Amino acid sequence: MTVPAADTAVRTSIVVDAPIERAFSVFTEDFGSFKPPEHNMLGVELAETVFEPREGGHLYDRGVDGSECRWARVLAYERPNRVVISWDISPQWQIETDLSKTSEVEVRFLAENPERTRVELEHRNLDRHGEGWDGMRAAVDSEGGWPLYLERFAEVARAA
Amino acid sequence: MTYRPDGLTVLGDPTRRAIFERLADRPFAVGELARELPVSRPAVSQHLKVLKAAGLVVDRRAGNRRIYQLDPDGVGALRAYLDQFWNRALTAFKTAVEQQEEVP
Repeated sequence: MTVPAADTAVRTSIVVDAPIERAFSVFTEDFGSFKPPEHNMLGVELAETVFEPREGGHLYDRGVDGSECRWARVLAYERPNRVVISWDISPQWQIETDLSKTSEVEVRFLAENPERTRVELEHRNLDRHGEGWDGMRAAVDSEGGWPLYLERFAEVARAA
Repeated sequence: MTYRPDGLTVLGDPTRRAIFERLADRPFAVGELARELPVSRPAVSQHLKVLKAAGLVVDRRAGNRRIYQLDPDGVGALRAYLDQFWNRALTAFKTAVEQQEEVP
């Protein structure tokens, strides 16, 4: 399947009134405090989200019962400028164990001045989740139902 | 580069989001959507046109009705989902980081 590069990524950015060091610290150390809460594959209430601050580390959710769900790998950790994580979640919101089918999220921190930082985020290589999309296509064609992410999306939209 | 509204912009509108949710359940005709939602039929048509331009829905003719469903190739819908996911995350991040600033 040929997909234009622009269609396989989402990009967004925000400017925060904080020095670059603090922006980087909050993004990594407090990731669980701002991550949309419905994003939880544990099946039990979320106790915390842990972002291991090193290349080769993981991002994982820990449930109140102690169970863990590792849903991202830290691919680059360059304080305070850049962090890259994998997105090991399939379009059906399951942990993707085949790493060739995972996408990645790059976050860049750019100091606009000593008190202001631009944060640019790119979630790219979405086409790597290809098989999931094929699966979704089949599910949709049968009109048997939509993938879980859309149901989740609908829940989120309703709650908003 | 041709202009193509992104999923977030498109789904930022509550009525369009409501239509998108309904279509996530099953395909709908325009009239059916207008009956389910507190919006006029021309308004529903207009919103569907925007969703279609954004690549989120497709339509087909069935007799004298036009049936809409989410784009079965899924790419646009996945991107739309992730767009809103990351934008919500960054907005919440901004709040978190700026709150910390007030703490000495």
